[in-house]
Amino acid sequence: TPSDGPLGIGRVALPEEVTAWDVDVRPDGTGLPVGSGNVLDGDELFQNACAACHGVFAEGVDNWPKLAGGEGTLNRDDPLKTVGSYWPYVSTVWDYVHRSMPFGNAQSLSADDVYAITAYILYSNDLVDDDFVLSNENFTEVTLPNVDGFFVDDRDTVELPVFSQEPCMENCKETVEITMRATVLDVTPDQTAAREAFQAEEAAEAAAEAETT
Amino acid sequence: MTASSNDMKSSRRAFLRGALAAGGTVAGASMAKAAGPDPLITEVQPWASGLGEGVDATPYGLPIKFESDVVRRNVEWLTADVISSINFTPIHALDGTITPQGCAFERHHSGAIELSKKDYRLMINGLVDRPLVFTYEDLERFPREQHVYFCECAANTGMEWAGAQLNGAQFTHGMIHNMEYTGVPLRTLLAEAGLDAAGDLSDKWVYVEGADASSNGRSIPMDKALDDVLVAFKANGEALRMEHGYPARLVVPGWEGNMWVKWLRRIEVADGPVESREETSKYTDTMADGTSRKWTWVMDAKSVITSPSPQAPIRHGKGPLVITGLAWSGRGAITRVDVTVDGGKTWQQARLAAPGQPMALTRFYVDHNWDGEEMLLQARAHDETGYVQPTKTQLREIRGLNSVYHNNCIQTWWVKPSGEAENVEIS
Repeated sequence: TPSDGPLGIGRVALPEEVTAWDVDVRPDGTGLPVGSGNVLDGDELFQNACAACHGVFAEGVDNWPKLAGGEGTLNRDDPLKTVGSYWPYVSTVWDYVHRSMPFGNAQSLSADDVYAITAYILYSNDLVDDDFVLSNENFTEVTLPNVDGFFVDDRDTVELPVFSQEPCMENCKETVEITMRATVLDVTPDQTAAREAFQAEEAAEAAAEAETT
Repeated sequence: MTASSNDMKSSRRAFLRGALAAGGTVAGASMAKAAGPDPLITEVQPWASGLGEGVDATPYGLPIKFESDVVRRNVEWLTADVISSINFTPIHALDGTITPQGCAFERHHSGAIELSKKDYRLMINGLVDRPLVFTYEDLERFPREQHVYFCECAANTGMEWAGAQLNGAQFTHGMIHNMEYTGVPLRTLLAEAGLDAAGDLSDKWVYVEGADASSNGRSIPMDKALDDVLVAFKANGEALRMEHGYPARLVVPGWEGNMWVKWLRRIEVADGPVESREETSKYTDTMADGTSRKWTWVMDAKSVITSPSPQAPIRHGKGPLVITGLAWSGRGAITRVDVTVDGGKTWQQARLAAPGQPMALTRFYVDHNWDGEEMLLQARAHDETGYVQPTKTQLREIRGLNSVYHNNCIQTWWVKPSGEAENVEIS
């Protein structure tokens, strides 16, 4: 049956369809399914499904994201941003793990699995004890350390007035010094590959030509 | 190998020999005099005598092989793997403003998925009068609009916060593309579902997510959703490329690329933001004191000189030189671009190839006479709100070094007497 909207395009979504796709969870717990899981079960699930990338203690392997640690580093030169040190809401952990993890096998975890894994991530960040049980009922009682660490974009008041001045066009400064160079760092991918491939083709053609003439 | 292609290649030999015989006089600043007749002119070339390819050879063409360096490139060390990663548009080699789709950058969080039109579904649910499901065919029945907009990754130039790191405009500024989109305004789709149930719209949001495993869910305030957001299915005249969201993506003019949700599958009307992973853990900008901005949606005015640049050195010696680049602003149209060749001591206004269009790339040129001395090249964009592109120092004074995203600072290229260019910072 077509939509009752102004153009009559589309059809009404069935409740089962909305339930299947609308799984997002908000900071106030809206969207959470009934269920629960404890730290010990979460530990076991994490070791099987997550630890290969995120480490046994959620501390991260190689360049894969670290989920624990970094407390008190946000104002330092090289901050370590994890669930414990940076994320504002537990709802985001639950929602993201449930919907998009494990990487390469997403949407394979049950609601209880996700409660348990979330409990284990909280434990890895020293935010709960090892006997903690997370459920839809006590979910909103858990507060992450950096919940008040965010503020809404203030560029219009802090930056726009500063950056809206008519700039200097002539005699703007007496001297100019180079203070940093990218080639000193030398981390750019090699740009010669294409040129070398072309030169190799030329050489091969020249050789083939020499043989036939 | 056919006889004609052999001829072509021997001719290339002849050209190289001819160029050597000419003694490199092409590099001179004054009008060059040929040492002898140019065989490319005096000898009949195979392409002027034999036959080229038939019209059945290439049903859908790729660029000629001589342009094989005009491709997307990635930087391995930036990310843990190539699936949740980024690559870069070769802006150093392009001109005009429209980005060829085949080399337009990609950013995925769980790879580029293959989703057919037949399997495509778009759901609208939440605070609507009737939750709806659309097929791809349904989308094509709604009244359409066309607009050109840039899509810039929030992290474009992000590696340069701490200093000059990557040596090339492709790498420092290439997380961007600019296309002509055809699609349906999001407001039209929301009207089909009905917003009476949402009541006062001023405090309502839409949550949008993709069909891929990462979902890339983002929250958008209702006033933007009802303003200029498009659900696009064509780009630069044809269907979206797989890697750009085929068969339908969100186009969010002026706002950070992360919100341009690809493979769009669901739009939820809600009375608050979801605070998803992509707007808490990521796409939040940490300041020097450790607090972080969130919802930094707009991409500020920005520009970069694309040539000369580290990947596009000057090879022709002194004399006439085209300095060219791109400018853009998420706040509106570009009105002016200033260029300096002496590191900011003196500036001149560049020539805009066409009047700036709101939230789209603008091409600029300076027709320069290069004396062969070193240059410190910079461009500075102005937009219609009066915003002037800041220096990196100005940005760092407010934000510190760790904000990761939204680096719209003025870029410096050091052009040496050899014509080579390097990414540098200057006092």
